[in-house]
Amino acid sequence: MDSIAGKKSGLTWAVHISVAALVLLWIFPTVGLLISSFRTTDQIVTSGWWAALFPAVQNETLRTADPDDFRVARDGMFVVEGNLYVVDGSVDDAADVPAEISAWGTSSRAIDDYVAGDTADLGDGEMITVQSNGDYLWVGDEEQLSGRGQRVFVTAESPPEFTLDNYRGVLFDPANREGMSRAFMNTLTVTIPATIIPILIAAFAAYALAWMDFPGRALLVAAVVALLVVPLQLALIPLLSLHNDIGIGKGYLGVWLAHTGFGLPLAIYLLRNYMVGLPRDIIESAKVDGATDFQIFTKIILPLSFPALASFAIFQFLWTWNDLLVAMVFLIDSSGETTVMTRQIVELLGTRGGDWEILATSAFVSIAVPLVVFFTMQRYLVRGLLAGSVK
Amino acid sequence: MSPALQGLVTIIIGVGGCVAYFYFSNQLLDKVLFPPRGPDAGRNINRANAIRPWLFMGPAILALGLYLAYPVFETLRLSLTDRSAGGAFVGMDNYTQMAQDGKFWEAVRNNFLWLLIVPAMSTAFGLLAAQLTDRISWGNIAKSLIFMPMAISFVGAAVIFKLIYDARPEDVAQIGILNAVYLQLGGDAPITWLTIPFWNNIFLMIVLIWIQTGFAMVILSAALRGIPEETVEAAIVDGANPFQIFFKIKMPQISGTIVVVWTTITIVVLKVFDIVFAMTNGQWETQVLANYMYDKMFRANDWGVGSAAAMIIMLMVTPILVWNVYNARKEMR
Repeated sequence: MDSIAGKKSGLTWAVHISVAALVLLWIFPTVGLLISSFRTTDQIVTSGWWAALFPAVQNETLRTADPDDFRVARDGMFVVEGNLYVVDGSVDDAADVPAEISAWGTSSRAIDDYVAGDTADLGDGEMITVQSNGDYLWVGDEEQLSGRGQRVFVTAESPPEFTLDNYRGVLFDPANREGMSRAFMNTLTVTIPATIIPILIAAFAAYALAWMDFPGRALLVAAVVALLVVPLQLALIPLLSLHNDIGIGKGYLGVWLAHTGFGLPLAIYLLRNYMVGLPRDIIESAKVDGATDFQIFTKIILPLSFPALASFAIFQFLWTWNDLLVAMVFLIDSSGETTVMTRQIVELLGTRGGDWEILATSAFVSIAVPLVVFFTMQRYLVRGLLAGSVK
Repeated sequence: MSPALQGLVTIIIGVGGCVAYFYFSNQLLDKVLFPPRGPDAGRNINRANAIRPWLFMGPAILALGLYLAYPVFETLRLSLTDRSAGGAFVGMDNYTQMAQDGKFWEAVRNNFLWLLIVPAMSTAFGLLAAQLTDRISWGNIAKSLIFMPMAISFVGAAVIFKLIYDARPEDVAQIGILNAVYLQLGGDAPITWLTIPFWNNIFLMIVLIWIQTGFAMVILSAALRGIPEETVEAAIVDGANPFQIFFKIKMPQISGTIVVVWTTITIVVLKVFDIVFAMTNGQWETQVLANYMYDKMFRANDWGVGSAAAMIIMLMVTPILVWNVYNARKEMR
């Protein structure tokens, strides 16, 4: 269309800018969560996640080492030497100090009296020098250099800093009862069979509905279309009592069966629509050659239907991975041993409402897998969506 | 046994059982019951072919019947009985009891709000994104980024937006971007957005709009591509401006798809549960029907009223169900 006259370049720019704005608006929320999951508790509490992208200017109160333990005699005076950040314990070695001190002071009323490298005169010959990386030299007589260390108020600029500690704590800390590792495994255990079983069942049914002749076929197709929109809320109580009656109770078997049942209408619908479109010649010549229906299905139809199978598999995977309601009703019992990630996150929202480092990390652990699947298999997802809704 | 190993074993049993059924039932049919050999070979083949469709569909019909069809009727029955009275038939009592509950009407009102706003906004944003990304070089990247929230769970999205709506006391730095912007623009105190009745509904809806826009965009974008070029070219030749082309030439040609997108999102909205459950749990007048139903069924243990609420959701879905079946039948002819 660009080649057609009448398209103004001003309008093209407007399009580019509005698309950029729209995209930014749409990814902004997720980016916020992702960045938050890499920040320390202190950082999250003191500034918004967007501040993490820029160097942060922070005011801190640090203290020199205690003179009683560390002072040494030099030229008739006493000297305490070291690095403020090492004393503080935030780094182990002066070479690792991330921050850069721009201003400092020795009194809380004048925290920016001096710049880095200056020497402050504390009276009667007592002096302290602070360098930009926090190295200090404190000089004074025996009486002045005693008791606790000298307080130093610093204004420091530290570069963006990110940590993997949150992920370590949430995923790999065996002592963390609120961790996600167990829930992650449980979600996986729910998801994989709940994706594969309906595909198997639906593929056979879709083949029968597409290529076999039998009375009542049209009625069954209509029934599948009708069941597509039945809200699964209706199924909760009747099926839970059914599961309890036949002895399944709450557990993996129950949740697989439930996901299978709820996923089947879409699976059959998608696969049947796809299989109907396969060329009739192939199937008929295979029949002439003496192939049974089972052989035709496994040797011809299944391989040819791969795109449709893949798109349903992605749907069902995303849906079961992200599901909360079905897992809460059919899987998670009072012991909480079989909790899934979505449930775990909802619990954390209740108990750890303000601890964003835990919430953001946990949420991102559960979001990461679907995102990977989404970006690698997007083609099939789009194809499935189009087949599922555009008539 | 470690959970991982346990999971693996159960996966193998579950999937293996499924494969085994199809394989052995076909073997049974072809080799044992009606072998295509001997004096009755021809008749046996016909018999086997008459049974095979049902063999293929057996598990599907069983699962659909048991997990979707039966519950509709069972829920209807439960909604007319009282569990505490040993399941006695009580007629419309549960419905009248529900009609006297203020929370129920709040849920109905909110559901209608959701129904009005979410499909409309998602479709509108989706259409906008589809049209804008259609002709630019990096349109596909833009589309896949706008589409991305589709992969994120409602619960994950709830966490994402809770961070956005977060409010801290006035004297500390705001970490929720909405409050940070609000204070930057001259607001006097941080607002706890999710606790302001009525408007908090909108803040919850934004989450679903954010998720569903990508879906609408993908479908509508395909529909826009399907518009015959000649119609657009003819309009340009006749001197139509871009807005006229969009509203007078393109929109009418994709109206069918817009309806499909609208109804699909409507169904999602009717079942919306996770977002409300995770973000407000129906407090501060944000109750919706699906969450109301969950409340009644599993917190209050009142199966009668819970089932009645579920039936209301079913009732609201029914027109779409009928319309879908009607269309599908028309197509098959």
